[in-house]
Amino acid sequence: MRARVFVTLKQGVHDPAGKAVQGGLVSMGYEEVQAVRIGKVFDIELADGGPEAVVRSRLDEMCKKLLANMVIESFRVELL
Amino acid sequence: MSAALRSRVAVLTFPGSNCDADLRHAVALFGMEPVAVWHKESTLPNVDAVLLPGGFSYGDYLRCGAIARFSPIMAEVVRFAGRGAPVLGICNGFQILTECGLVPGVLLRNKALRFTCRDVNLRVQGQTTPFTRGLGGAALRLPVAHAEGNWFADAESLARIEGEGQVIFRYEGENPNGAIHDIAGVSNAAGNVVGLMPHPERYVEAALGGTDGCGVFRSLAAAIGGSAHTAATLEAGA
Repeated sequence: MRARVFVTLKQGVHDPAGKAVQGGLVSMGYEEVQAVRIGKVFDIELADGGPEAVVRSRLDEMCKKLLANMVIESFRVELL
Repeated sequence: MSAALRSRVAVLTFPGSNCDADLRHAVALFGMEPVAVWHKESTLPNVDAVLLPGGFSYGDYLRCGAIARFSPIMAEVVRFAGRGAPVLGICNGFQILTECGLVPGVLLRNKALRFTCRDVNLRVQGQTTPFTRGLGGAALRLPVAHAEGNWFADAESLARIEGEGQVIFRYEGENPNGAIHDIAGVSNAAGNVVGLMPHPERYVEAALGGTDGCGVFRSLAAAIGGSAHTAATLEAGA
């Protein structure tokens, strides 16, 4: 079983790296780019087992404890 | 109190710490006994304070300090801090303290996206802590060396931290990383846990380029002079 976790910055948190990428794209001629925010994707291989609710709740825990810093980031989990 | 009883200060080492030796040197300069503690230890030796050094624990993978926070010793540090004992995190040590929630906020990438290594001007303020006794209002010049020192908290937390006097160090003049409200260092609500980005341990001797870091270690020596471990040792011997 596989899961994909997206971790993104919450609104209002500055993303200087994203801003630099946006500036880069604009200077390359993609003037329509108004904002870029950089996040992270985790592809996670899981041993099969347990009902989906349990798998999801354990993934939720992993995100809150380690994969995301809840002060600045939020996350979304997809089961693949 | 017997003169032979020196205060003992644990200096943690994580894989990737690189300021731990400097920190032990600074501790010893001010008459305290540094005790090196490897992050895999699950108990703290008998000490009066715990210091977390700068460096790049776990290569800064995922987020700075995010993995070190789960080192076995950290559960013990959280308990130690919960008893009101002094804990200080410098640079990467500060990042680890924010990741465990011992001090508020988070340290983001520097606004200019560059590692910055230079001297900065600071003002000491806020509540009295074991690391800033007698330093209230002092202007210090200390070196910073980091890529992720851009302290941030949401508006509500920020207002509370400012209101409770938990901003302990603030950049004056130039802000090297874009930290909100020019915040360079904060404490927990109780004041016994402090984190800061600048490196006081690098400026404790004129030969190193400055002595403005001395006050932090002098303060700690005074704060733990007659406390915890010393008292416990005396009781045990009585």
